[in-house]
Amino acid sequence: MNAIASRFRASPYHEQGVEQDQNAQDSVLWGSQGGFGNLRAGAPPEFVVPNVPSPTAFLQLHTDDHADPNCRIKIAHGTTTLAFRFRGGIIVAVDSRATAGSYIASGTVKKVIEINKFLLGTMAGGAADCQYWETYLGIQCRLHELRNRERISVAAASKYLSNLVYSYKGMGLSMGTMICGWDKTGPALFYVDSDGTRLKGDVFSVGSGSTFAYGVLDQGYHWELSDEDAQELGRRSIYAAGHRDAFSGNTINLYHVRETGWEFIGNYDVTKMHYDGPGNIPGAPVGGYGYDARVSTV
Amino acid sequence: MSIMEYNGGSVVAMAGKDCVAIASDLRLGNQALTIATNFEKVFPVTERIMLGMAGLATDVLTLRDRFRFRVNMYTIKEEREIEPETFAHLVSSTLYERRFGPYFIEPVIAGLGKGTNKPFIASTDVIGCINFAKDFVVAGTATDKLFGVAESLWEPDLEPEDLFETISQTLMNAVDRDAFSGWGAVVHIITPEKVITRHLKARMD
Repeated sequence: MNAIASRFRASPYHEQGVEQDQNAQDSVLWGSQGGFGNLRAGAPPEFVVPNVPSPTAFLQLHTDDHADPNCRIKIAHGTTTLAFRFRGGIIVAVDSRATAGSYIASGTVKKVIEINKFLLGTMAGGAADCQYWETYLGIQCRLHELRNRERISVAAASKYLSNLVYSYKGMGLSMGTMICGWDKTGPALFYVDSDGTRLKGDVFSVGSGSTFAYGVLDQGYHWELSDEDAQELGRRSIYAAGHRDAFSGNTINLYHVRETGWEFIGNYDVTKMHYDGPGNIPGAPVGGYGYDARVSTV
Repeated sequence: MSIMEYNGGSVVAMAGKDCVAIASDLRLGNQALTIATNFEKVFPVTERIMLGMAGLATDVLTLRDRFRFRVNMYTIKEEREIEPETFAHLVSSTLYERRFGPYFIEPVIAGLGKGTNKPFIASTDVIGCINFAKDFVVAGTATDKLFGVAESLWEPDLEPEDLFETISQTLMNAVDRDAFSGWGAVVHIITPEKVITRHLKARMD
């Protein structure tokens, strides 16, 4: 336990002690710290970098799939995620499809990352990058809480992430994420991507199906939306993207962030939404979302 | 970007006992964007032959008309209906005419022989190399997935209703793993008496 605690202490004096602690080294090797054993005090984890004159150019060559579709590091581009701020908090809705080329590799991906009770992150781009760095962000947020006896603001958390990914710029990280949460200032929403962009806003959608989602979202968005209508808008927007975009679909995951923390609202099958709709839910229409279901020619 | 994946779509045909089945999905896309969900890719040639085409949608429509013209000319000159095997060769030579600038189409042919009711299925590549198969043939963006499912579901001498179930399950499960195919499906079962056509309720994403 002391070995773990001292690992996060800022003073270099204690760091020396850790170096000599054989047990601590072993646990790092065995990954017993959930794979985060390479953490160093006050600095991001260390990674092995390609042993070439310019690692950045090397990684770009093998990661950038615009230049070479057969490059070795594959990045999943198909996704639809959205989040919007309104009177009742923040709605977060995502699809669950993972594609590798035209192959649908999975239809049950969790694209909302639960950073902690009050913070959610969304996943678009590299799944591993989003998962790893948002989990890492969760660790840093908890440490902030312990050090300052106060929860981290969403602004600070998102800036921590954007500064972090910026320090790896050019190394092939790929993430487009929305950091959503409730802090002292109320509901807060930030868009952060691996280029280093960090934007504060009320409505965001990210991924290959984002244009379809924006279409529905912009049309129905209003600050004074009721909780039920806001949830319905999120669900309906992801459905639109799932229907029209080849790389989005399968199921919808819906979250609502309130003052008391986030709540998982539900998982909805896109095809079931098309034919039958979400069922007897306040704010939802009676029938399905599909064109034929709404404009019945029978 | 592959031109064969520009519009998406898949076709499959299977042989049964004195019957054949041919099915396609209904998607017409512009790469990732789904434009329409009522684009049928299987067309009747005679009372007992059907032709399915997967590939570039503009060529699907062009070739549909071209084959109709050529089959009409054949019927008039020969004063009889074309046989499935003869039609396969007509398809093959029509495609090979464009050997150095091909139509971007992979055709699938299904039919019953005159008198004998012998099931016939075949497919060709874009320049007309014929593949005569005894079990099933596939084409389109979900080709590899269709092969996988068909290989495990198909069995010899299926009756029309069992063949319908087999081809429907094959197509639906294959296109559900393909981003460029799906959004509805249509199945035709050709029997000596009649052609049964059914639209399937499929995933719409």
